[in-house]
Amino acid sequence: MDPKKVMICRCSDVTLADLYALFDAGYSHFEELKRIKRVGMGPCQANTCGKMVQWEIAKRFNRPLEEVTIHTARPLTTGVTLGALAEGEDDET
Amino acid sequence: MKRSAEVVIIGGGISGCAIAYHLAAKGVKDVVVIEKAYLTSGATGRCGAGVRQQWGTPMNCDLAKRSVDFFEHATEILQYDGDIQFKQEGYLVVASSKEEDALFKENAALQNKYGIPTQHLSKEDALKIVPYLNIDEVTSANFCPTDGHLNPFTTTDAFYHAAKRLGVTFYTYTTVLDIEIKHQRIEAVVTDKGTITTRTVVNAAGGWAQAIGKMVGVDIPVYSENHEILVTEPVERMLSPMVISFSKNIYCQQTPHGPFIMGRSDPNMPKGLSMHSTWGFLEAMAKTATSLLPPLKNIRVLRQWGGLYNMSPDHQPILSGVDTLPGFYIACGFSGHGFMLAPMTGILISEMILNETPTVPLEPLSMERFKHPHMIVKEKSVV
Repeated sequence: MDPKKVMICRCSDVTLADLYALFDAGYSHFEELKRIKRVGMGPCQANTCGKMVQWEIAKRFNRPLEEVTIHTARPLTTGVTLGALAEGEDDET
Repeated sequence: MKRSAEVVIIGGGISGCAIAYHLAAKGVKDVVVIEKAYLTSGATGRCGAGVRQQWGTPMNCDLAKRSVDFFEHATEILQYDGDIQFKQEGYLVVASSKEEDALFKENAALQNKYGIPTQHLSKEDALKIVPYLNIDEVTSANFCPTDGHLNPFTTTDAFYHAAKRLGVTFYTYTTVLDIEIKHQRIEAVVTDKGTITTRTVVNAAGGWAQAIGKMVGVDIPVYSENHEILVTEPVERMLSPMVISFSKNIYCQQTPHGPFIMGRSDPNMPKGLSMHSTWGFLEAMAKTATSLLPPLKNIRVLRQWGGLYNMSPDHQPILSGVDTLPGFYIACGFSGHGFMLAPMTGILISEMILNETPTVPLEPLSMERFKHPHMIVKEKSVV
């Protein structure tokens, strides 16, 4: 399959070819890839791309999968509007 | 790992990378940067990505203006292939009281003296820049059109690549364990990956700067404090400048690819190295943001995180050597503004190390200033 046509991160439009280019440039950790190409920074919060990036890092650098760390899970678990957060206490009846 | 180096820089944030670049650009061979995680993993990568020149002290104005001058040409100077996303669409600093209005007039005059094009605006004129600003909450505003946004990751990456091309060695995921001293001179930096012999060490460790100081018995008068921040889903362009208010405790901007990023400080946050997220921040932030900028209420928050401000007693940086320990240099205490001042940090620390004439007077940035209270001018324009 053409790596240019394999989508890794849908939120930030990052393809497998983009990942390979970053590996070639010397970036080998998820946190580095994330900061250069925004992998995992979109609305899915890396829930889609995280595992795929982990697998590609492990393959490329011959590291055991379990040793390849991915993103830090951060709140919120799902998107909530600023309006709902601001007015939350009004509903606590 | 290398056995020796001319200069060892501790900290791979924007400050460390900028210092490394400027040293290498001046011909220093064998510069090493040691970073305990990945580049930008500390305050740089957690910051609000703003670049502001609207300060209340002469020194901060001077450093900020000169840093913006650098950022305007950074891509060419650093020969960077990527995009540092320097968007100069201004900072709108809103006033909400007579006191703030008076202070902002003074600030604008001070900033103008340093060539910073700040204008004091009526609230009607402020509305022309941000039409959906809640006018009931604003009395007037200051606007500087050359302030703006800069991508912290790619800007650091630009310094990193330029430094690397000039021969700087970077060790990421490497922790400094100790600094060896003999006869009041630095001998070596001990890390978990090996020991590097050196005579010169730069402490650019951000939130951990005080701990690095303690390794050599230097008590730096700073402390670290968690400041929280959040980012929303990307939406269409609706806000050009960064909007900030000191009394309402908010900074908020829309970054070039669409998400809003905003933060505020918590006066009850304990000092320390924790970077936790709190529910309280989320609620207070949402209330402040939707009240000042009502259309934001329909935008979803994606993620929140924390990062460390390294606070100095006067909220101005400490860029300094140490009398008792030649060869030890400090670049810390930026009090939340190290990212935007990094070009000057790099220039000034490299000038100190190489004994060059400094671009700006160094006394107001030295550690010594805290021994002379009359020298201290406190910066009040901090969120």
